[in-house]
Amino acid sequence: MSTLEIRGLEVTVDTDNGVVEILKGVDLTIKSGETHAIMGPNGSGKSTLAYSIAGHPKYTITRGSVTLDGEDVLEMSVDERAKAGLFLAMQYPVEVPGVSVSNFLRTAATALRGEAPKLRTWVTEVKSAMEALNMDPAFATRNVNEGFSGGEKKRHEIMQLELLKPKMAILDETDSGLDVDALRIVSEGVNRAKEANNLGVILITHYTRILRYIKPDFVHVFANGRIVEQGGPELAEKLEANGYADYVSK
Amino acid sequence: MSVLTTNYLTPSGREEAWRFTPLKRLHGLHDGVAVISDRVSLSVKNALPKGASFIREDLSPLAQSDDVIIERIRGASKSVSHLSIAANSEIAEPIFLSRSKGAVDTAEFSRVRISLGANARATVIVENTTDTVLAEDLEISLAAGSDLKFVTIQEFESKSVYTARHHAVIDKDATFKSVTVTVGGDVVRILPTVEFIAPGASANLLGVYFATAGQFFEHRIHVDHAVPHAKSNVNYKGALAGQDAHTVWIGDVLIRAAAEGTDTYELNRNLLLSDGARADSVPNLEIETGEIIGAGHASTTGRFDDEQLFYLMSRGISVSDARRLVVRGFFNEIVLEIGDQVVQDRIMDRIDSELEKAASNV
Repeated sequence: MSTLEIRGLEVTVDTDNGVVEILKGVDLTIKSGETHAIMGPNGSGKSTLAYSIAGHPKYTITRGSVTLDGEDVLEMSVDERAKAGLFLAMQYPVEVPGVSVSNFLRTAATALRGEAPKLRTWVTEVKSAMEALNMDPAFATRNVNEGFSGGEKKRHEIMQLELLKPKMAILDETDSGLDVDALRIVSEGVNRAKEANNLGVILITHYTRILRYIKPDFVHVFANGRIVEQGGPELAEKLEANGYADYVSK
Repeated sequence: MSVLTTNYLTPSGREEAWRFTPLKRLHGLHDGVAVISDRVSLSVKNALPKGASFIREDLSPLAQSDDVIIERIRGASKSVSHLSIAANSEIAEPIFLSRSKGAVDTAEFSRVRISLGANARATVIVENTTDTVLAEDLEISLAAGSDLKFVTIQEFESKSVYTARHHAVIDKDATFKSVTVTVGGDVVRILPTVEFIAPGASANLLGVYFATAGQFFEHRIHVDHAVPHAKSNVNYKGALAGQDAHTVWIGDVLIRAAAEGTDTYELNRNLLLSDGARADSVPNLEIETGEIIGAGHASTTGRFDDEQLFYLMSRGISVSDARRLVVRGFFNEIVLEIGDQVVQDRIMDRIDSELEKAASNV
C-alpha cells in the first residue's frame, strides 16, 4: 500500500513577464488503488501540478511538500522519482530522434528494475503490451514519438505505464485528441495497470468522457491554482451539466 | 597569373579558406616547413575481390585544386595509390583501406585515386588511424552509371594532423554517397568536394564529427553544379564538448548558369554539449540560374533539449544514460548510412566514450 501526499504545494514559473504563481496551495492524498479525477478549465494549473510532481525543471516549488510513502519526492531527481514509483503520462510526449521505441523501453526497464530484463521474456512482454493496445509491431522500430499521430503517442504512454509498473500514475489529459475507439483502448490499458499493480491514479482531464471508462473514486475541481471542490463521481456529472463557470468566477 | 599560381602562396590565415584553421598546429604542412618522409601508409586490409585492383602508379591529377597543401603534395609526388574497380563490376562487400603506423616528427604526402568504371558498384571504407601528420590528395572518379559509397573514418590518435581534399568527379547518371566520420586527431581539415561533369548524377554527402577539449575539426564542402539535372544533398552533424573544442563546417554549393534542373539541399546541425566549445557553421548557396528544382540550406547549433532529457529521465533513465541516448540518436541517422554493422558499432562506442570523457572533465 502506497500513499502519495501533496501538502500546501505552491509553484511558480519564470516567464518573459517575470515570475508567475501557478499553484497556490494544493492538498491531495492518493492511496494505492484509488483513482482521483482532477477536472478544471484550461490554465487552471492542472498540468503544472503533474509536471511539478514529476520534477520538470521549468517549475519552481516555493512552498509545500510532496511525499511518497513518507519519502520526500521534491528532493529527488527526475529519474529517482520514476524509480520511487511515480509515472507521468504526458499530454505532449516528446520526440527523441534516432532512439527506437524498443531501445528506449529496454533502457527504461533496465533502469527501473535494476537489471536488464531477460531478452526472451522482454520481447514477449513488449509484444503483448503492444497487442493489448492495438499497436502495430513495427512501432517498436520507430523513433520515440517521432511522426506518431496523437493517438499513437497516447497509446505509447499507456504502454509504458503497463510495462514500467509504477505505484502512482499521473495521466495528463490522456484523453485529449483521442477518438472513441482509441479512448476505449487506452482506458482499458489504464484499467489493466490499476488491476495488475493496485495503481493509484491522478487523472487530469477537461471532460467527463474518459470517466465513463475509468471510474474515479474521487473528483476534484481545480481552478486558479488550487482544488476548489471535492466529491465523488456525482461531482463529475454536475460538472458535465453546469461546466466550470461557477468555479472560475469565484 | 593563374588562379593556381596566386593560391600556391603560403596562407597567412587571413584568406577565406584558412580563416578558421589553426595554422600553427599544422606541423608546417601549409608553409613547406614540414619534413616529408617517403612512407606510404595506405594499404588494402583484406584480399581484393574480383574486379578490383590496388596499385601504385604515376597519375596526373583529375581536377585542379586551389588548395595550397594539395598543390604541395602534387609538386612532391607523381605516384598515386590507385584503387580501381573495373567497369560493370558489382562488389557487394565493402573494400577496406587502412593505415600503417605513422609518425608525427615527419609528415606524409599521400596521393590516392579511387576510380569506378562504367556501371561499377562498390563500397570503399577508409580507416584513418594511428598518430600521424598526413596531407592527402584523394580523388574519386565515377564513370557513367557507376555507384560508389565512400566512407572515410578519422579515428586518429590525439597528436595527429590530417589535411585532405576528397574530391569526386562524377559522370553521367553516376551515384556518389560519402560518409565522413571525424572523431579523432588534433587537427583534421577535410575538403569534401564534388564536381558534376554530366547530367543525371547525384551526390549525397553525409558526415558526423565529435570534437572534445582542444580538438579542431574542419569540414569544408564544395559542390559544383556545372551541368544540368544533377542532384546533391549534404547533411553533416556534429557534437562538441570540452574547453576549446572547435569545429568548422562550410557548405559551399555553386549552381552555375548551365546547371538547369539542379536539386540541392544542405544541412548542418551542431550539438554543443558544454561551455567553452565553438561550432562555426557557414552554408553558402550561390545560384546563377533560376531554372532549378530546388535549392536550400539550413544550419542549427543548439544544446541538449531539456524536454528530451526530462522525458527520458521521467522513465527512470539516469541523466548520463539519457544524454547518451540523445547523442547516439542524434548521430544515428547518419552512422546507419555506413551500412557495416561492425564499423557502425565501433563509431557509436567511440561516440559514447568521447561523451564520457567530456562528462568527466566538466
